[in-house]
Amino acid sequence: MTTHDHKRIHHLLTQSLAPTNTELKAELQRDLWPAMLRRFEQRSLAVPWFDWALAAAVLVCLALFPRAIPVLLYHL
Amino acid sequence: MPLLEQSDVLQRFARGDADAFEDLFHLHQGAVYRWILRIVRNPATAEDLTVETFWRIHRAHARFNPSLSFEAWARRVATNAALDHLKSAKSLERLPDDLPQVPLPDPGISQEVRRKTAQAFGRLPPKLRVVALLTLIEEQSHSEIAEALGISTGAVKVRTFRALRLLRKSLKQQGIEP
Repeated sequence: MTTHDHKRIHHLLTQSLAPTNTELKAELQRDLWPAMLRRFEQRSLAVPWFDWALAAAVLVCLALFPRAIPVLLYHL
Repeated sequence: MPLLEQSDVLQRFARGDADAFEDLFHLHQGAVYRWILRIVRNPATAEDLTVETFWRIHRAHARFNPSLSFEAWARRVATNAALDHLKSAKSLERLPDDLPQVPLPDPGISQEVRRKTAQAFGRLPPKLRVVALLTLIEEQSHSEIAEALGISTGAVKVRTFRALRLLRKSLKQQGIEP
């Protein structure tokens, strides 16, 4: 690809996609802090997958060995 | 914010202080949003990714070195978040409908050719697309892009060249001779 080709495609590209600073919405229209706080709340409520897997494993063990229930309760 | 005060905020942020994080959020959210918007070109997505960027920043606070630039670090995190988004999205979002008006359009290039070019550009691999967007459309410096992507300026030039070569090939396949 020659420099001439490079320039022609560059020109075609600039004719097809304008830089974002020429658009009206290039600036942030609102404060995103409330959205950030919502994100924190969502993440604090979310339970990691490992915890679910651990709980499932304990339930399976208790179903297979019911005599282990008092032992578990003792250790809790 | 005065330099000394900013240095104190950065040190508190690195220690996990929530108020310092909020100060930094308010100080840098606009710049992070503008940078992401340049990459994803969709205001709603850019807002979501700005929040995602600060979420990543918050999680990684212990790895931040307060003697370095927060802005440069945030920009790199933002670039990675935007790249992850582009990799998961099928193509440049709603690009054909959202084509911004070019300030002085060349009458020799039809709307159809512009649309096809934008679509072909949207199909480029995200890594090449991001570099080409920032270099050719947004006219950011090679060093700025290199810093944001964590690559050398030479790699920026190579990716730009590869993006243009792929774009030319794609346009030729559609019968457009650039």
